[in-house]
Amino acid sequence: MNFWIVLTVNSITFGGLLFLLASGFSLIFGLMRIPNLTHGSLFMLGAYVGGSIVIGLFGFKLNFWLAAVLASLTVAALGALIERFLLRQLPGDQLAQVLVTLGISFMAADFCLMVWGGDPMSVATPEGLGGFARAGGAVFPLYRLAIIAIAVVVAVALWLLLDRTRLGAMIRAGVDDPDMARVVGIRVSQLFTIVFALGAGLAAFAGIIGGPILSVYPGLDQDMLPLALLVVIIGGAGSLLGSFVGSILVGFIYNFGQALLPELAYFVLFLPMLLVLLLRPQGLFGRHVP
Amino acid sequence: MSEIFSANNRLRFIALAIALVVLVSLPFWVSGIYYINVGSQILFFAVFALGLNILVGYAGLVSLGHAGLFGISAYATAYMLQQGFGHTSAILVALVIGVASMALFAVLSLRSSGIGFIMITLALGQILWGLAYRWISVTDGDNGIPVRGRPAPFGYSLTDPVNFYYASLIVFIVAVAMVFIFVRSPFGAALMGTRDQPRRMNALGYHVWMIRFYACLFSGLLTAVSAILFVYYTNFISPQTLSLTASAEVLLMVISGGPGTLLGPIVGATLVVVIKTVVSGFIERWNFLLGAIFVAIVILVPEGIVPGSIRLWRLITRKRAAAAPTTTTTERTP
Repeated sequence: MNFWIVLTVNSITFGGLLFLLASGFSLIFGLMRIPNLTHGSLFMLGAYVGGSIVIGLFGFKLNFWLAAVLASLTVAALGALIERFLLRQLPGDQLAQVLVTLGISFMAADFCLMVWGGDPMSVATPEGLGGFARAGGAVFPLYRLAIIAIAVVVAVALWLLLDRTRLGAMIRAGVDDPDMARVVGIRVSQLFTIVFALGAGLAAFAGIIGGPILSVYPGLDQDMLPLALLVVIIGGAGSLLGSFVGSILVGFIYNFGQALLPELAYFVLFLPMLLVLLLRPQGLFGRHVP
Repeated sequence: MSEIFSANNRLRFIALAIALVVLVSLPFWVSGIYYINVGSQILFFAVFALGLNILVGYAGLVSLGHAGLFGISAYATAYMLQQGFGHTSAILVALVIGVASMALFAVLSLRSSGIGFIMITLALGQILWGLAYRWISVTDGDNGIPVRGRPAPFGYSLTDPVNFYYASLIVFIVAVAMVFIFVRSPFGAALMGTRDQPRRMNALGYHVWMIRFYACLFSGLLTAVSAILFVYYTNFISPQTLSLTASAEVLLMVISGGPGTLLGPIVGATLVVVIKTVVSGFIERWNFLLGAIFVAIVILVPEGIVPGSIRLWRLITRKRAAAAPTTTTTERTP
């Protein structure tokens, strides 16, 4: 019994992390119509930078949460630079943009290997969250519960941003019909930079807070990127609700698959994608086929 | 006009003859097995790139999962040999499995085109990579599967690097001829039609999905063929072969050379293999360079090296024609 509860909590935790990663991916995809293949790298870069600040590799030490914020902001700025100076050079040419993001992801992976080496970096659980909560007969690690709470808070904040603010309305307009949005005076190209930076920051944030449970290692980027892709294929591009449902679903399938069929865990992920592609190619909550 | 055409044709014929002579005579004037092996690598990677070019160049469908397909055929060959089957049955099974997986790939990824196609093929490719990595009872995970021995068709043992080079050359020439015929066939024209104007092609009564599906199968066949050569060349297969990096490498071959041209993938394969071979002698970090080349090519020569040079050549010859006004300036519109 305990086994199943723990597995369920782990699945939801992983789903929460995935949501932080995939919501930005999905927004970028929905708005700019490109799958941002650097997203896994941004996740990994955030994890490395944040972890280094916590350990004190850069010459100064910060507490976990401050390090998380600082690293997210750094990576968000990096994302804005990538968008401004590289993707902006190739307006309207989606294939070229995808290839550029792919090229950057390779460079970023090699950069991380150069700076942080091949050994995994373990990040300590933040103070005060190392313990366990007991409910009934089951034991829950506090940190995992915290991740779930953070994911829910971010989800609500993103929903408020997209649904209740002027900026959110502009982003939604851009997702639905970029040309028409331009005509009514929305500066869509500025939105691109904002959304790209936001997505990069969220991915980095997911990377840091995922550090204590996933640890940080070379190849983390290529482990996470396909999961983000799956979430978007299943949930539908540009839909926040889709990212949320897709993330939880993928979190469950991945964790249960790993526990029950360790050899085929990656393959089991394939099944929901297959079903969605065959029955609803635009994704569960997507508006149009990408 | 016709004069230009025949002159062009004659030039093309001469170039082709020279290329053929160079390729056939390579083992005689290149000293050292090392370089002959590099030649073999270029040839079978060129076949792989030709296969991907069918989709990227002629169908307008960019696949980022082709290394996965390549890997399936390579693993199938290695696994069959490991189980004690002969070379012929291993090769046949690898071909069938390669084309069948491409068919499955196509059924799923042709649900969309453009960016959606890239995403789905990328996800599928990564899933195959994960399978190779984790399905230890079949693939032995990270350790990979070793392959012992190469086949000896008609008594020529391919263990000899020169013989292997010639076998690769024959496969390469057949593949080039197949692609040449394919592109000039009505089917090839229809495929390029679906690339440029899918809706009009549909309105004209072409079955766009089916045309793309057959193109995928052809691409899968070439991929499987090159994978079999690869696995016999390296005598080893591991999950590394299926990684996203490998998919990106072959895509770089197509993009750098020039998608949608016959010569492009061949030039691209040569370029990538040579750079990779040369560079690996100096630095460990091939990935960084691969990424940098990708960004540079996309931003600087987006159309690829072959079309880029052709454009440059036309520019030069046009200038020369303008400088000498006595020659009739026959302008060929591209």
